[in-house]
Amino acid sequence: MANHAGNYTPGSGFERWLDDRLPIVRFSKEHLMDFPTPKNLNYWWTFGGILAFMLVVQIVTGIILVMHYTPHVDLAFASVEHIRRDVNYGRIIQGTHAVGASMFFAAIYVHIFRGMYYGSYKAPREIIWMLGVVLFILVMATAFMGYVLPWGQMSLWGATVITGIFSAVPLVGEAIQTMLLGGFSVANPTLNRFFSLHYLLPFIVAAVVVLHIWALHVPGNNNPTGVEVKESRDTLPFHPYYTMKDLFAIIVFLIPFAWFVFFAPDILGHADNYIPANPQVTPSHIVPEWYLLPFYTMLRAIDFNVLFIDSKLGGVIVMAGSLLILFALPWLDTSKVRAGTFRPLFKPFYWLFVVNFIALAYLGAQPAEGIYTVLGKITTAYYFAYFLIILPLLGRIEKPAPLPVSISESVLGKAKG
Amino acid sequence: MMLKKTILGAVAFLAVTLSGGAVQAAGEYTETYQQDWSFSGVFGTYDENQLRRGFQVYREVCSSCHGLDFIAFRNLSDAGGPHYSEDQVRALAAEYTIADETADGGEREGIPADRWPEPFPSDQIARDANGGALPPDLSLIAKARGISQPFPWWVFNYFTAYQEAGADYVYNLLTRYEEAPEGFEVPPGQYYNEYYSGHLIAMAPPLSDGIVSYDDETTPETVDQYSRDLAAFFQWTADPHMVSRKTMGFRVIIFLIGFAVLMYIVKRRIWRDAH
Amino acid sequence: MATASETKATRRDFLYIATGAVGAVGVAGAAWPLISQLNPSASVLALASIRFDVSTVPEGSSVTILWRGLPVFVRHRTPEEIEAARAVPLSELRDPEGDEERVLEGHEEWLIMVANCTHLGCVPVGESGDFGGWFCPCHGSQFDTAGRIRRGPAPTNLVVPPYEFVSDTIVEIG
Repeated sequence: MANHAGNYTPGSGFERWLDDRLPIVRFSKEHLMDFPTPKNLNYWWTFGGILAFMLVVQIVTGIILVMHYTPHVDLAFASVEHIRRDVNYGRIIQGTHAVGASMFFAAIYVHIFRGMYYGSYKAPREIIWMLGVVLFILVMATAFMGYVLPWGQMSLWGATVITGIFSAVPLVGEAIQTMLLGGFSVANPTLNRFFSLHYLLPFIVAAVVVLHIWALHVPGNNNPTGVEVKESRDTLPFHPYYTMKDLFAIIVFLIPFAWFVFFAPDILGHADNYIPANPQVTPSHIVPEWYLLPFYTMLRAIDFNVLFIDSKLGGVIVMAGSLLILFALPWLDTSKVRAGTFRPLFKPFYWLFVVNFIALAYLGAQPAEGIYTVLGKITTAYYFAYFLIILPLLGRIEKPAPLPVSISESVLGKAKG
Repeated sequence: MMLKKTILGAVAFLAVTLSGGAVQAAGEYTETYQQDWSFSGVFGTYDENQLRRGFQVYREVCSSCHGLDFIAFRNLSDAGGPHYSEDQVRALAAEYTIADETADGGEREGIPADRWPEPFPSDQIARDANGGALPPDLSLIAKARGISQPFPWWVFNYFTAYQEAGADYVYNLLTRYEEAPEGFEVPPGQYYNEYYSGHLIAMAPPLSDGIVSYDDETTPETVDQYSRDLAAFFQWTADPHMVSRKTMGFRVIIFLIGFAVLMYIVKRRIWRDAH
Repeated sequence: MATASETKATRRDFLYIATGAVGAVGVAGAAWPLISQLNPSASVLALASIRFDVSTVPEGSSVTILWRGLPVFVRHRTPEEIEAARAVPLSELRDPEGDEERVLEGHEEWLIMVANCTHLGCVPVGESGDFGGWFCPCHGSQFDTAGRIRRGPAPTNLVVPPYEFVSDTIVEIG
């Protein structure tokens, strides 16, 4: 598949010496510069590079924030205010980290939905997809714990609600929750361990990213036609073609990012998190950050008992299932055709899935009452139906449109048309 | 085409979902009268004189019960804020006594580096003095309060950089004390406020016309004006670096747009030989 | 003479160099806040200069106050101590410095010094030692009534911080 025949020839004596011992230059040249990449990748493919960039932004700003932050219930809130008010450029650095979390998720969702449209999860790329799901879950955990650190009202009560999920596990649930919290409620031990883990997880994320890219570099990139690379005419070296394209995309991505950081740093957060945490008063309306909302809706959608499963456990199973089901996606989609472009029946269901997902997010921010609970159930049902019913059936009944013979042909065809 | 129909259908579905929200919320919804603020929008800055007036009202009216934890005296001389002179701030700080374990007798005169002194020695004492209700600290009040807006109005906030919800909240709260409507029972120690969630608030109407006299003769001494000035002041205490942040933002965004244009040309040049 | 392809190549090189330069400016601009945040914050800087009312220190005694986290001696010297300090010929000193250079004109009675011994940072004991000034208990350095090193391992005189009198009795250090 991907052409791994390296064309690196060490020039000087030192390069030869180094190449025999640590072939790092050869590796960089083969994997970061010459790596053959399909020539027809569109801008949706730049979000992988954007995500790598965002991970670096979050780690760098995070390390700096730790220099000024104090993980203690009496001091955490004030130390964040200290950063915002007194530390040089603190308002910008803290704003970048907080807004950065949202931008990170925005890019993650685009990246995931791109993969789902173009069938990037299909053989032989199942492992790339599954590592991606692992990354998604790790980043959600990291973001959730990070949100606890400023120790505002939403930090405390968000942590209370989310750790409450574990108490739904039969028999040992309460014990697990107590162990997670390091006490019987969200308090100083919880804050300290969340701080520790919030610092640790990004580095684990970085390691899994390496695996994700390693797995990608075995079969090479999927592409908008979903047709595998057939000849070298179909590909371009990663550098300079895709390095420069990704860089351009990153800079464009930075524009809305900067807009929020400099002009509306608080608009993506919740006002209640500017009230110091108070274990005696619950905010009238607990809402997780927007990027967790779709899953929060699914958690709340189960408000009825099924046989021996009570509603609480049912909600947890559904929420966990909504993530775990993604691992099975490569096998649930039975169609041989990758790209949604050539699947006339798939397309409407896919776009409905996207809209349904946005609706799930919207519903998560609404109070769980009246019409919202009904809509929450319908949208949750569609989320699962898409994976469990629609995708398995579509592959059997759908008649795909004719595929281009090769990538170059599709590119040439487009140029002519 | 099928695709178009689905998208239309999906949009319709979304619209129903979202507007369902608006209808649902209508029962509890209280409209906020949004004001024109000097600091709204991307070009907005604080009005120095307004901040000074707001500070005066805070000091003369609010500060007996409400703290201002995150503001130090020195902040009052910050550029982009009330911008008092350093000598004025030093003199102001010296009017206050600050508890300091290291000083003789446990207290000393305030200096610019000191935080605004707490009105009560502890939360419990504050509660006891206020009929059981704890007067909240006000330094972050403009960030800690939001307003509810029906769909689709809140969507526009992302594009207009609406960050004044807290100021609008403070203004509405202070100006909308009213006689309770017929049949609405107001227990002792509570007051009727049309805007406050649940309409019963433990804070007596703090402002009345003429309660604070401004140095500037032309500014009306009315509850409306006091509320407006206070709201502006609290916006500043919650977001003291707003002015410099926005200035920096313009530079950054203009730079990014220029850089993006250059990068686009570079990308086009490189890709030209690829096709 | 430049051929068409050469002109094209030059124009392209210029574009790449210009874009690279803009990129470098961007990276530097982004890096600056990340470095600047290491500097003292506004709350630390607010305490970088302090005011002290010297009228609380009676003649012949000394107080130690804190400035930027360092102990500072404020000594109200007697006329005899000043005279003793001024009588010492510079040639006898390890770190030659006249008494006049260590105090402010018109405020000669006030000797204000960072109270860390210039040897290894211990705080010397006042009104003791063979020279009537300070004696450092750690390694035996002895300072005179102008805080100058006279005997022992310390290489230089006690450090005089920047200060000024903002009124007759109020001194601003830092």
